[in-house]
Amino acid sequence: MSVTVSKGTQVYTNGRIVDPSRGIDEVGAVIVEDGVIAAAGADAHNQGAPEGADVYDLRGMTVIPGLVDMRVHIGEPGGEHRETIASASEAAAAGGVTSLVMMPDTNPVIDDVQLVEFIRRTALETAITRILPSAAITKGLDGVEMTEMGILRNAGAVMFTDGRQTIANAAIMRRAMTYARDFGALISHTTQDADLAGNGVMNEGLFASWLGLSGIPREAELLPLERDLRLARLTGCAYHAAKISCAMSADAMRVAKSEGLNVTAGISINHLALNENDIGEYRTFFKLSPPLRSEDDRQAMVSALADGTIDVIISDHDPQDVDTKRLPFAEAADGAVGLESLLAAGLRLVNANQITLATLIAAMSTNPAKRLGLEAGTLGKGAAADFAIVDLDEPWLLKTSDLKSKSKNTSFEDARLTGRVQKTFVAGTCVYSI
Amino acid sequence: MTNSAPFPVYPHRHLLGIAGLNVPDILCLLDRADEAVALSRQREKKKSVFRGLTQINLFFEASTRTQASFELAGKRLGADVMNMSVASSSVKKGETLIDTAMTLNAMRPDILVIRHQAAGAAALLSQKVGCAVINAGDGAHEHPTQALLDALTIRRAKGRFDGLTVAICGDVLHSRVARSNIILLNTMGAHVRVVGPSTLMPAGIEHMGVDVHTSMETGLKDVDVVMMLRLQRERMAGAFVPSIREYFRHFGLDAQKLSLAKPDALVMHPGPMNRGVEIASEIADGPQSVIEEQVEMGVAARMAVMEALLDPAKNNGGAL
Repeated sequence: MSVTVSKGTQVYTNGRIVDPSRGIDEVGAVIVEDGVIAAAGADAHNQGAPEGADVYDLRGMTVIPGLVDMRVHIGEPGGEHRETIASASEAAAAGGVTSLVMMPDTNPVIDDVQLVEFIRRTALETAITRILPSAAITKGLDGVEMTEMGILRNAGAVMFTDGRQTIANAAIMRRAMTYARDFGALISHTTQDADLAGNGVMNEGLFASWLGLSGIPREAELLPLERDLRLARLTGCAYHAAKISCAMSADAMRVAKSEGLNVTAGISINHLALNENDIGEYRTFFKLSPPLRSEDDRQAMVSALADGTIDVIISDHDPQDVDTKRLPFAEAADGAVGLESLLAAGLRLVNANQITLATLIAAMSTNPAKRLGLEAGTLGKGAAADFAIVDLDEPWLLKTSDLKSKSKNTSFEDARLTGRVQKTFVAGTCVYSI
Repeated sequence: MTNSAPFPVYPHRHLLGIAGLNVPDILCLLDRADEAVALSRQREKKKSVFRGLTQINLFFEASTRTQASFELAGKRLGADVMNMSVASSSVKKGETLIDTAMTLNAMRPDILVIRHQAAGAAALLSQKVGCAVINAGDGAHEHPTQALLDALTIRRAKGRFDGLTVAICGDVLHSRVARSNIILLNTMGAHVRVVGPSTLMPAGIEHMGVDVHTSMETGLKDVDVVMMLRLQRERMAGAFVPSIREYFRHFGLDAQKLSLAKPDALVMHPGPMNRGVEIASEIADGPQSVIEEQVEMGVAARMAVMEALLDPAKNNGGAL
């Protein structure tokens, strides 16, 4: 399988068209010509179907630009039993995700141009959605030696990140950010101070104390984030805080943005939809990095999303198998799969009237596309016809046996969700149908 | 001795922690333990209620004392007892827990006693096996039989819990003994204080139903029970406290500090003790010390737990 461009003209009528890139939320049509959007919205509806076009009625359905997920861990190369590029793309399609950025912490690490090319080639040959490689900031993710950012960027790396690792050395971080600026490269960084986090395995606080688990204080996230924001001011680098989780981090981002710095922030859907209490009796599918925080933090993050302090929502898809999860909590691996539940989990916030649908779709599609400089996240004329058809009202139960992902470690096992992807299109071709 | 005493039916299948137990549950176990003490003081110490039953002690962390106590408890009830020590250094940590559990489960034991370095290990095991599971200590989470034996010791000396003030002193942060005791003593109506340097207190301790003291002088004032905790050797030199000398000076129990407590205050320690670190020898061996009695109560409390879990009067009969 691979991405194929649709031929001819297709018209999808009577749908609710939500396109944050153009501020549109209206009943209308989407007209696709040879895999490209010819028109989308009420206007398209009025101009009617051209002769010979295939016409589909979308009454009751909503059309959104395909989601752009900035942070997906895939096991290929090195951990194909957990996830391959092909299986990740199947999962993405089922979740309405048409473009995803793959993390470089594979085995071997994507820190060399040949690996970027391997990912692009494998994606072209096996994936049904767009797979965009990111590359490491430092070779082998060792936090010491810079990668060849110029060459890697030319080869197709859409951003630079050390994946799960935080670069501890401020001088190295400064130099990497300075160098990245010259090439217009985006630096995406996870911030957790390894010493302060220590052997912590969940959010520090009363709940961790009762469970007898070591805690990770919020300051472990904040200290390197504040350092990075200072360095962003010093270097002028385009900086993206990959996944923040607590109120004080949102406050730091708010200040940095008010100063006009070229900085953005992401958050995983888990940290918007769940809190530390979901861990219950040591449920390892809720062991994440950063750890799930308190309900106060979760609410602060929802507010930060609503006010624009947080730009991007990620699935933080991280496939883990039984061997790494069916262990005592402290010994289990971090991470949860999320591509297939990303949108539905986000719709919980919309259904609870905490954010608007436009804010949600912008954070999952338009904003990340913009930040990455992709021609995606829009239903504007001339854009590739990457979109999803969603029934916003369909109630459903997430069953692990239905997941396309090779790994089943979802934080939403048996969760009742409302709103489900019906069909997903990449370049006008249907790649998923319920 | 026959098993005809009219103890109420104990409603739980496992003992994974003190959390979740109510006052009648705890009283049921303590009453049974009193009976077991009487049995253990006879010449004929053995019952036959557990004849034909198999108990496996699965210890991922070395503990001669606790393992011996569980072994003796099982044997006094008439069970066949097997000890399995799984040195955590020989295998990758945690990797063998589920595998080992499944293997042991296939041997059809009736009781599994588990000690493991990871919090939640006993709960995880209980989901995978078909027999009663007793938590003999899981990381810094809980050590319920220790809290029960401590409670038994206190009740036999003081006759009550209501209105007593108990000071738990030392390394609360890493202590499963402290957590189980805080829950049990609060449930039974005692006032609990914790005393120690803040570097050895868990986050949120002030919301755990205790009064927090950072000095022994205020913490021990007029208490009925002083419960000392063991300070692990690797935590003494700089990591959590600057030195043994400094720790003993400020937080070690000596005659001067003990004099602040009530004159008839009990001195307790879960063992093994670091003499001259958290407790002075003269106090450990002194008239107020009930440390040796705690060891005796340990066997009785464990007998009580096992009998309650596998009480034939239970509808589901446990694993019987």
